[in-house]
Amino acid sequence: MANLLQQIVSGLASGGIYGSLALALVLIYRATGVINFAQGELATLSAFICASLVGHGWSFWAAFAATVALSFAGGMGLHTVLIRPLARGPLLGIVILTIGLLIAVNGLDTWLWGGAVRQFQGPFSTSPIRVGGVAFSKQDLGVIAVSLVAVALMGLLLSRTKLGLGLRAAAANPDESRLAGVPVDGMYALGWGLAAALGAVAGVLAAPSLLLEPNMMQTVLLYAFAAALVGAMTSPLGAVLGGLGLGVLLNLLGTYVHWIGGDLRLAAALALILGLLLVRRRA
Amino acid sequence: MPLLELREVGARYGQVVALRGVSLTVDEGDFVAVLGANGAGKTTTLRAISGTVKTSGDVLLDGDPVFRRRPERMAKLGVAHVPEGRGTFTTLSVLDNLRLGAWVQQGARGRDLARVFELFPVLYERRDQRAGTLSGGQQQMLALGRAMMARPRLLLLDEPSLGLAPLVTREMFDALRQLNEQGTAIVVVEQNATLALEAARHAYLLETGSVVLQGEASVLRTNDDVRRSYLGY
Repeated sequence: MANLLQQIVSGLASGGIYGSLALALVLIYRATGVINFAQGELATLSAFICASLVGHGWSFWAAFAATVALSFAGGMGLHTVLIRPLARGPLLGIVILTIGLLIAVNGLDTWLWGGAVRQFQGPFSTSPIRVGGVAFSKQDLGVIAVSLVAVALMGLLLSRTKLGLGLRAAAANPDESRLAGVPVDGMYALGWGLAAALGAVAGVLAAPSLLLEPNMMQTVLLYAFAAALVGAMTSPLGAVLGGLGLGVLLNLLGTYVHWIGGDLRLAAALALILGLLLVRRRA
Repeated sequence: MPLLELREVGARYGQVVALRGVSLTVDEGDFVAVLGANGAGKTTTLRAISGTVKTSGDVLLDGDPVFRRRPERMAKLGVAHVPEGRGTFTTLSVLDNLRLGAWVQQGARGRDLARVFELFPVLYERRDQRAGTLSGGQQQMLALGRAMMARPRLLLLDEPSLGLAPLVTREMFDALRQLNEQGTAIVVVEQNATLALEAARHAYLLETGSVVLQGEASVLRTNDDVRRSYLGY
């Protein structure tokens, strides 16, 4: 029983990371109709930046805040410089661009920081904390807390603020939004910025356990896609819940179904993606 | 000085010329009807004003020409354009639709919302519902309410009566009359010439992109050609 709870909590921690990245994917897809294949690599870049700042003597939370802010600005810049000019062309062009971006950012990370795996000291200690007689990892609980706060803040921003309303309107009906005075291209850039910020959160939260290296987020991206598909690529809540559920499911499968273990977890996730896509087609 | 002036405005969609040298004037607080058959250029005239289509010629607001008009900019200058089909944000709630209307006003004021709900009580009842669940007439009221939230000086309406039952249409024109009395200038494009000429003070008749007749609405209503071609008697 205690082991089950630990595995669930641990799964929720991974799930929080998947959900955050999935929310980023949904944000961009809903705003600009693009599937950003580079979202994971951008998150890795953010994690590297955070690690660099900490290496230069910054406290973790200061580095984290700066990284999120920089990622936000970077995301906005990315949309303005790369995506917006291609908006009028075929969608395939933008898709190819994000794949190219994936490769380019991966290369950039390797060039700047090398391909070696490195430790990333997170803000939470790995010592256990006893809750109701069961030992949980402080790191797991911390990751769950931070990712839930990030996702909740995003939800509040979207539903309760003027900017969030503008973003939702621009995503739903850009021509009509322009008539209402909404700067639609600015809203798209805002969406990309918010997605990059969420990605930064996911990357920094993942780094302590996944270990920092250029390919760190590649499997996380796949899990995030699976989670986003639970929400049909358009539901923020579906993406977050899908992420949490997937994290728990994969952890439990890996622990209790012996023939799946650690190696087949990715295959299980891919099977899930395939299954969801097939089911969606029929429904 | 008129609030809005169009001087020899031309517009084309690719090779097709939609407007040829259209000139018209709208004074502060005026109520203008733009009439004509399908394809006469009525919708394009509104698009020319709000900057949704590229034009030649001049569009002047308060006597100053507005170059490089874009919809976002015209909205900030106090021009609210309700296009044909109402442009409802169907996935947003009624309240969010209205709040969006107040974008240029730095956010919705309670007073503005109250004004809209007073005019259209059904919008208050359904304020938390998805706008897509509203009927055609209710969506038209929502479109009007959303435009009102911007506290525009000039309201452009494209075919507001389209697809609406006669009773609902009358209610809507009553609302327009009220708005106009409160000081908002209105330009309404309508195929329903009778209703438009009853409500408006001035009217322009377009044919194949040019103004062929203009004047006071009461005069146009008695014009023989207008009666035969557009009023049906």
